[in-house]
Amino acid sequence: MTKTMICLLCPNGCHLTAEADGGTLRRCAGNGCPRGEDYARTELLHPVRNLATTVAVAGGALPLCPVRLTAPIPRERLLEAAAALHRCRLRAPVAAGQVVLADVLGLGVDAVATRAVPAQGDG
Amino acid sequence: MKEMDKDVVILGGGPAGLAAALRLWDLGVRDLVVLEREPEAGGVLRQCIHDGFGLTRFGEALTGPEYAARFLEPALARGIPIRTGAAATGLTAGRRVTAVTRAGLLAYRARAVILAMGCRERPLGALPVAGTRPAGVFTAGVAQAYLNLHNAMVGREAVILGSGDIGLMMARRLTLEGAHVRGVYEILPYPSGLPRNLLQCLDDYGIPLHLSRTVTALHGAARLEAVTVAAVDDRRRPIPGTEERVPCDTLILSVGLIPENELTRQAGALLDPSTGGPQTDQFGQTTVPGIFAAGNVLHVHDVADDVSREAENLAGAVRRYLDGHLPPCPVAVRGRGCRQVTPGRLAGTESAVLCFRPERPLRGAVAEVIQDGRVLASRRIPWANPAQMERLTAPPLDSRAPVEVVLRHD
Repeated sequence: MTKTMICLLCPNGCHLTAEADGGTLRRCAGNGCPRGEDYARTELLHPVRNLATTVAVAGGALPLCPVRLTAPIPRERLLEAAAALHRCRLRAPVAAGQVVLADVLGLGVDAVATRAVPAQGDG
Repeated sequence: MKEMDKDVVILGGGPAGLAAALRLWDLGVRDLVVLEREPEAGGVLRQCIHDGFGLTRFGEALTGPEYAARFLEPALARGIPIRTGAAATGLTAGRRVTAVTRAGLLAYRARAVILAMGCRERPLGALPVAGTRPAGVFTAGVAQAYLNLHNAMVGREAVILGSGDIGLMMARRLTLEGAHVRGVYEILPYPSGLPRNLLQCLDDYGIPLHLSRTVTALHGAARLEAVTVAAVDDRRRPIPGTEERVPCDTLILSVGLIPENELTRQAGALLDPSTGGPQTDQFGQTTVPGIFAAGNVLHVHDVADDVSREAENLAGAVRRYLDGHLPPCPVAVRGRGCRQVTPGRLAGTESAVLCFRPERPLRGAVAEVIQDGRVLASRRIPWANPAQMERLTAPPLDSRAPVEVVLRHD
């Protein structure tokens, strides 16, 4: 099986041509760096993505705190993970890097705050 | 009115302004101030919660707020004055800046001014769309601010007009927030956004992209109820008989970014119609001496990393200007097969990075820098795409003849 794809790892967006054979990557062309080959392998066998969303904050200078996952998760679990994060509630102050939800969906990755949200009046 | 002298006044505390301020400070220019209209610095990065920033600048994927912090935190640690809640409202050719601030109206007499105001979104009023004017129509960046900063959902059933990157981001974001995105309609026969965003924002979520189709009318009284979409011909005119009514309560516009140059015009600096930004030389200096520009106010970039790099280079040029060492730039630059070529003038005494965009998608292209019929630099571009800004370095020049940037089939 031959598949063309665009590498998502950096803004270069290399156009990759990957040949796979029963779950093994046989050949990868078009990648500008070695990471492209790893990307092609994952993308063919089991695509993963990171997730960025927001979580509500009580008593903060802002009503929301942006969050992301510490590592990419299987693509088909993204909507489920977003829903789990929507159910979270934080209380200000929130520190940048603070774990907002540990072990999201049991996938072994955490959701962390990507900025600080000071308590209302402190900001 | 209180009036102050400054070596450098930076207009805007987004990615360009912060990077310029930090680099100037580290180059020993300490008598400076950043004026930022919003309550905190960071610019559009504050609302860009997705990751993918910093891959070239820092070698890792950061979200917008994290990327902004990489500049803001060192700036604050150094004590660089960033005045937030301060909107610059006036700029003269003599480099007098007036600003409305929390402390009232202030004026700065600056030896150098850095324009770092970024860009704005093209609004509905700029488009030939008929019908009513109900609520529910947002530019992509405004919708992004509502969702990501203000915790306000814009709608449930969305149509996106234009395939610019922010529109693609919002297609994904609205889906994650529980809305249904019916599709993205693009008037051009090719997408405007980066291929990587088409994949991770549309394909991943099964959102269809309709090329050569546009929205021709809005329907609804108080709130949007539907839009009419139609196929367009090769001159972008709607084709009668192809109209289709698409029910929706929300229309998101991602139809182009326009450099924000009100103050530039006030100062009398000439603009370049192809970029919408000021005409500049290779040092980022506009046609008004001592007024410089970097980032999206100059030309709209693809990624923030490039904005930071451009602003950092500019800081070096401003330092040289303050020292009286900036050479004249007599060599004109033109484009062929490409548009938005910046800078417009070169010194010739030193090398310069030329930025440009292909006129149209071109597979197997080559870009060349040509002077007096001689190729001075060239690079193969396997997939030339207007969505992707390209760069080529011109070496020091022997001649003062105009330089051409040519993009053609290899």
